[in-house]
Amino acid sequence: MTETAADPAAAGSSARPFRQFMSRIGPRRSSTGVGDAGWGRTLFAAIVSFIYFFPVFWIILTSFKTYEDALAVPAKFFFTPTLDNFAQVFSRAYSAGGPVQNTGFALYFFNSLFISGVSVLLALAIGTVAAFGFSRYPLRGNDTYLFMILTTRMLPAIVVIIPIFIMFRVTGLAGTYAGIIALYTVFNLPFAIWMMKSFFDELSPDVEDAARIDGSSDIRVFFKICLPQVLAGLAATAVFGLILTWNEFLFALLLSGVETRTVPVAMSQTIGGDIGVRWGLLAAIETLFLIPVIIVTFALQNQLLRGVTFGTVKR
Amino acid sequence: MTTTTDLPQAVPFFQRLIAPRWDNWRGALIVFVAGMTVAIALLPPRISFWASAALAGLFAATVVVNAWGRHTGGLLVAPALALLFLMNVFPLLWSFGLSFFNYRANRARAPTWVGLENYANVLSDPDIWDRLHNTIILVIMTVSAQMVVGFLLALLFSKQFPLRRFLLILVLTPMMLSFVAVGAFFRYYYDPTFGLLSQAVRLVTGQQFILMKTVWGSRIGIVFADAWMWSPFVMLLVLAGLVSVPKYLYEAAAIDRVSQWRQFWSITFPYIRGLMLLALLFRTIEAFKLFDLVFLLTNGGPGTATETIALRVYRIAFENNKTSESTALAYILLFTVIVLTNLYLYFATRRAKEAAPA
Repeated sequence: MTETAADPAAAGSSARPFRQFMSRIGPRRSSTGVGDAGWGRTLFAAIVSFIYFFPVFWIILTSFKTYEDALAVPAKFFFTPTLDNFAQVFSRAYSAGGPVQNTGFALYFFNSLFISGVSVLLALAIGTVAAFGFSRYPLRGNDTYLFMILTTRMLPAIVVIIPIFIMFRVTGLAGTYAGIIALYTVFNLPFAIWMMKSFFDELSPDVEDAARIDGSSDIRVFFKICLPQVLAGLAATAVFGLILTWNEFLFALLLSGVETRTVPVAMSQTIGGDIGVRWGLLAAIETLFLIPVIIVTFALQNQLLRGVTFGTVKR
Repeated sequence: MTTTTDLPQAVPFFQRLIAPRWDNWRGALIVFVAGMTVAIALLPPRISFWASAALAGLFAATVVVNAWGRHTGGLLVAPALALLFLMNVFPLLWSFGLSFFNYRANRARAPTWVGLENYANVLSDPDIWDRLHNTIILVIMTVSAQMVVGFLLALLFSKQFPLRRFLLILVLTPMMLSFVAVGAFFRYYYDPTFGLLSQAVRLVTGQQFILMKTVWGSRIGIVFADAWMWSPFVMLLVLAGLVSVPKYLYEAAAIDRVSQWRQFWSITFPYIRGLMLLALLFRTIEAFKLFDLVFLLTNGGPGTATETIALRVYRIAFENNKTSESTALAYILLFTVIVLTNLYLYFATRRAKEAAPA
């Protein structure tokens, strides 16, 4: 612990002469970004990561277990894996010996993908523009607006859910894609605005001023100069937004219809049953549900961690 | 405060308030709130909703007009504000109106005005203070755990090393699980007979171990799951700060033989302070609303020892069907959070200002 606490401060003091020597003969290190640590750090990080990951690992392991294996009392690390749970996610018999039915999970997975994808993109587009506005054209009472936006994030969901529920029923939005997408967009907006504003705030205005002097329009400045510099921020915001909407439960439970039901809602309805919780099945749903987010996070990780380039322009 | 800066001083405030101008958003707000109250009291819900919505539209229009002419930024900010207003502020105001009536979602008859009775009921209920106490304990425990774990994880990943990408994904995964799955599976891990934790403890002590039996056991159980899930969030924000520190600062410090400790506080910390404050703020707010995990893990038990305010609101609203009373309680909760956030932001920005000039 203490060892890691001192680490970001790069060069170790005991090895300094050696490092100085190496830096003269070795390849030149890049002038920005983080220092390099070797395989030793990898080993340490691997141990920590695996401990941290263990509960998830156990969920994935459970998804390959039979009903009996999942409840075995000395917990089983080694067992004969089965794919039955994954097949049963999409079609299974609801009672012992009953007919095999389609569970509708294919549709629920599509719903989750479609609803989160569209709402995150919308929130990013609207939020980034708004954040740029807040950052570059301070309104009178700027702080008040920003604070109001933050306030909407502090709401206990329960305060808004009753009026939104009634509002959706009156306007016929309940159970439609448009309704739930609009709701999730708003859900993500405050975070998108605050996050992107903090990224825009850290950009140096000099570059923009130079471009304006050279005759660039405001729109061109935004797209050609500011936006490329905050790509890391966009990626990070997108990932957070995706995670929030992907897993949102309460609003989805109350406001999505049969046709627009998302996976968490369907998953919660799987928990009950005549033979207690079917842990294997539940684990299989969660494992499948986890894959898309992991892919997106992994794909955007480079952007996420290329905050390094971001450091070059800062201040 | 800043309200008098724009218009000439000669026009009195009251006159400006009632001036029928398109940019008079304060006046529109008053019309909206008063009109909505009257509409809810006199008209059936279906009509009062549309009447209120129309007045809300008027208010929104005045806000936009107010910002439009004078601010380029207004144009950029308007769509976001409009959407937030429509889906958040308007329902909020509507439910604020409801909190003064004895509205029950499961009754059809028109609600009657009861004034502050709901608030009085809620505040005189000794249970509420008990739930607030529970909530604060959970908030302090989970947020401090998240900040410490998240910060340490960020330090671990702040340098480049082989396989970093893959290991980072492993650490980020808990955040991507759904509450339903985390709640269900931590109940599975804590289960007295086949739970992993109970089995591990039994292996050491030889006795049956039921974590959720005691008050502090349940609290630790909830905090462990919540902190496990959200520490990666703190880690990401801190990491974003750590990797943005220009390397030449460390090189310069190394030349000056600055100690590691000093390097951290003088170079690293200023870069991550803002993001850490942001992480702290967001996590505290989220923890204050802690609902899903508690609901799924302990359902407030044992007894009511882990029942949070948010869970209490849910109970009053959906189990006792006292919609208005739950709204009043939710408003008290919201008010508390806003006051605390305001204080926090005030001190955070003041400290930032003290630190900034150099």
